[in-house]
Amino acid sequence: MYFLRRLLFLVPLTLLIATMAFFLVRVAPGGPFDRERRPASPAVERALAAKYHLDESLASQYLRFLGLKWERRPDGTWGRVPGGLLAGDLGLSLKYRDHSVADIIRQGLPVSLTLGGMAFLFSMGIGIPMGFFTAVRRGTAGDWLGSALALVFLCIPGFVVGPVLILLFALQAGWFPVGLWGTPMHAVLPMVALGLYFGGRIARLTREGMTQALQSEFVRTARAKGASEFRVLLHHAFPIGVMPVVSYSGPMLADLLTGSFVVENIFQIPGIGVFMVNSSLSRDYTMVVGLVLLYAVLLLVLNLLVDVAYSLLDPRVRYE
Amino acid sequence: MGWARDLGIRFFVLCLGLCLAGALTGCRPDRRADLVIHNGAEPETIDPQVLTGQADGRVGSALFEGLTRYDPANGRAIPGLASSWDVSPDGRRYTFHLRTNAAFSTGEPITSDDVVWSWRRAVNPLTAADYSGFFYYVKGGEALATGASTNLASLGVRAIDPHTVEVDLVNPTPFFPDLCGMRVMSVVPRRTIEQFGDQWVRATPLPCSGPYELVYWRPNDRIRMRRNPHYWDAPHVACEVVDVLSGDSPSAALNLFLTGDVDVLIDKVVIPSELNDVLKERPDFHRYDYLGTYFFRFNVTRKPFDDPRVRRAINLVVDRKRLVERITRLGERPATALTPPGTGGYTPPPGLGFEALQATNEAAYAAALRTNVAEAQRLMAEAGFPGGKGFPPFTYMFNAGGGGGARMHENIGVELQSMLREHLGLQVELRPVEWKTYMSEMSLLNFDTIRGSWVGDYQDPTTFLDCFLSGNGNNRTGWKNARYDGLLASAAAESDPARRTELLREAETLLVRDEVPIVPLFNYKGLYAYDPTRWEGIHPNLTDEHPFWAIRRRGAAPSPRASEP
Repeated sequence: MYFLRRLLFLVPLTLLIATMAFFLVRVAPGGPFDRERRPASPAVERALAAKYHLDESLASQYLRFLGLKWERRPDGTWGRVPGGLLAGDLGLSLKYRDHSVADIIRQGLPVSLTLGGMAFLFSMGIGIPMGFFTAVRRGTAGDWLGSALALVFLCIPGFVVGPVLILLFALQAGWFPVGLWGTPMHAVLPMVALGLYFGGRIARLTREGMTQALQSEFVRTARAKGASEFRVLLHHAFPIGVMPVVSYSGPMLADLLTGSFVVENIFQIPGIGVFMVNSSLSRDYTMVVGLVLLYAVLLLVLNLLVDVAYSLLDPRVRYE
Repeated sequence: MGWARDLGIRFFVLCLGLCLAGALTGCRPDRRADLVIHNGAEPETIDPQVLTGQADGRVGSALFEGLTRYDPANGRAIPGLASSWDVSPDGRRYTFHLRTNAAFSTGEPITSDDVVWSWRRAVNPLTAADYSGFFYYVKGGEALATGASTNLASLGVRAIDPHTVEVDLVNPTPFFPDLCGMRVMSVVPRRTIEQFGDQWVRATPLPCSGPYELVYWRPNDRIRMRRNPHYWDAPHVACEVVDVLSGDSPSAALNLFLTGDVDVLIDKVVIPSELNDVLKERPDFHRYDYLGTYFFRFNVTRKPFDDPRVRRAINLVVDRKRLVERITRLGERPATALTPPGTGGYTPPPGLGFEALQATNEAAYAAALRTNVAEAQRLMAEAGFPGGKGFPPFTYMFNAGGGGGARMHENIGVELQSMLREHLGLQVELRPVEWKTYMSEMSLLNFDTIRGSWVGDYQDPTTFLDCFLSGNGNNRTGWKNARYDGLLASAAAESDPARRTELLREAETLLVRDEVPIVPLFNYKGLYAYDPTRWEGIHPNLTDEHPFWAIRRRGAAPSPRASEP
């Protein structure tokens, strides 16, 4: 029931977000067709605006965007203008005028999803063992080293890690391509560049969680029962200790899956991360709204999934 | 509850597994193209008549051709779909003879009707072609493009027979063949456009009139093209498959070039400007002059910039040599005029500060600058601002982050700021704004002074000088001068080339010496990269035209020279 309600709640929330994006992007100065060269004549400028309905009132544009606009057809009858958000149509990109927003997302999203998914696995793969190890060996030189390393991962931004990786492993060693997309080899360096930061965060979260779990009553009870140290750590402490990571993994996945502007730029990867930033700079109204929606839906759904995972992992959590 | 926890862990593992599965799909290796060109920005559109950007244009002219095309060596017009043309004695009527073997990539022949239809489409305001201004030279073009007339048949272009097109011009236009090679004048496929409307370039198959046809287009990744088998000059299209990459990061482009994933970096924008000093010394990086001028605009509708003495004074204290030597560093030529030298054989008049740049050594240059500064201070005093007293603080606006990694625009702003403070006692505040704001503030005349630049479209001074006609959309200074407009109008109607040049020089003198609504700073240098031991067919030229059909691997095939009619 609880999850059903949450799911239903997503619909108005998404609509609200789309509406805000629609109006906010139009507040910024300039428009999609402000270019270095002025068109030949005001007639051309007007025609361009009319083509994309930017000459209409905001209210009319909004209705058209939702797909709730009725118009008189050439034959005199009234009818709904086809397309619109409610019909699942995000419209044409105003900057890349030969493509629809859906086209561009369809093209770039699988790439960003792949890269993001790999980076997610990578960061989990390094973060959880690091956090686990440092929590179990708390206060030792190993803990100090591991924690310091996690901090380093956290502090070095992708636009430094990326070029350094390229320099070392692509340009000098020649093991990996310097950029583009196509084979699994192309994904390795961007995956590391993207995942290292999150790896650092996850290591710290795991360490926190595990440390707390190891000090809790049920672990003491398990030990008292005579459970083996291995069983105590993995079976009793770990599922609870990893909780912070689970709750963090929702927003983190949403971040990773929608592409990273920095990493996609450095490795010239044809994902959608670049569009995330450039569409608002170029006032590509339709694209901005489309991408905001995509990000919002991903974030909401993943958060919901995290809550599901929560209730399954932690016996103390229940949703009514 | 143990089962629930197990289930939870399994669920978690399942999620991870799904991610991995995602990672293994979606990888699509491609066969490497014969020629890989890094083109910079992702094309906004490849409709040749609608496109505006330079990157778009390179793709547009690979896919679509007009009556003429450009010589890769010097960028001037050579026969394209038309094999030859005749000019009437008064220079106002051109008769183009189309090739009998001209065809779209789908095999349909290209005839005079296609030319007429394409031109009418471009000039129609409903097509919303920004560049329809090039039809102003054709009779009836201006009335159509501005919407004053809607009778498309009134455009001065006629199909005499399937292979003869006659064009009536308003004025004798010596550079008209150059205009016929512009993208907006390309021949486009009527039937496809009528069927698909604005989205026609996404039709498959896409009938192309140029040397290449479209294979696929992945936004923000690459456009793959293949030699158009029906192109009239297909045997001389050197590379069979060409990939045009797009990407915003110059360092990524450079990396791809260094590892051989990219053969040609076709544009300066894909070369990291912070490495200019190092790269310009390499044998595979090539610099050349092109039709571009960097300048800044005054808003002459705002006090005190409405006073030409103030504008002249500010112009005089700018040390242009310092800007090109310390900031741009590609060997740019300091400029005092708007039109770069050599534009269609034209020599621009000396602008303000020209004499200083003639100095042959450092000492003479410094002395000349001091003379200029003294003159500038005199002008300021005359205008009522001795030593800058009473002069309101003002802003210099530029697009932030522009000009590449070296932040050229910002650094130039800093230099200008200090020159004006030091010599004239003026307080300049730098105002970096993002690109769209910059464009809209400039159009709305919402600035005091603002960075500007202009790149010429064809090899004639009017491609620069027309911008500053009263009411031209690209003027953006608020400057209006009836004498300037009159001189350009007389030049347009003049059929004697020497007299025409004289009139143009007189107009430009007014612009850059007397009235100075703009302060020219330098002429751009172009920069592209390819390994000359492996590739040939790319030549430096003023209009920056490097047609893909001419680029070939050394020793691969017979020389792809443009076949003469």
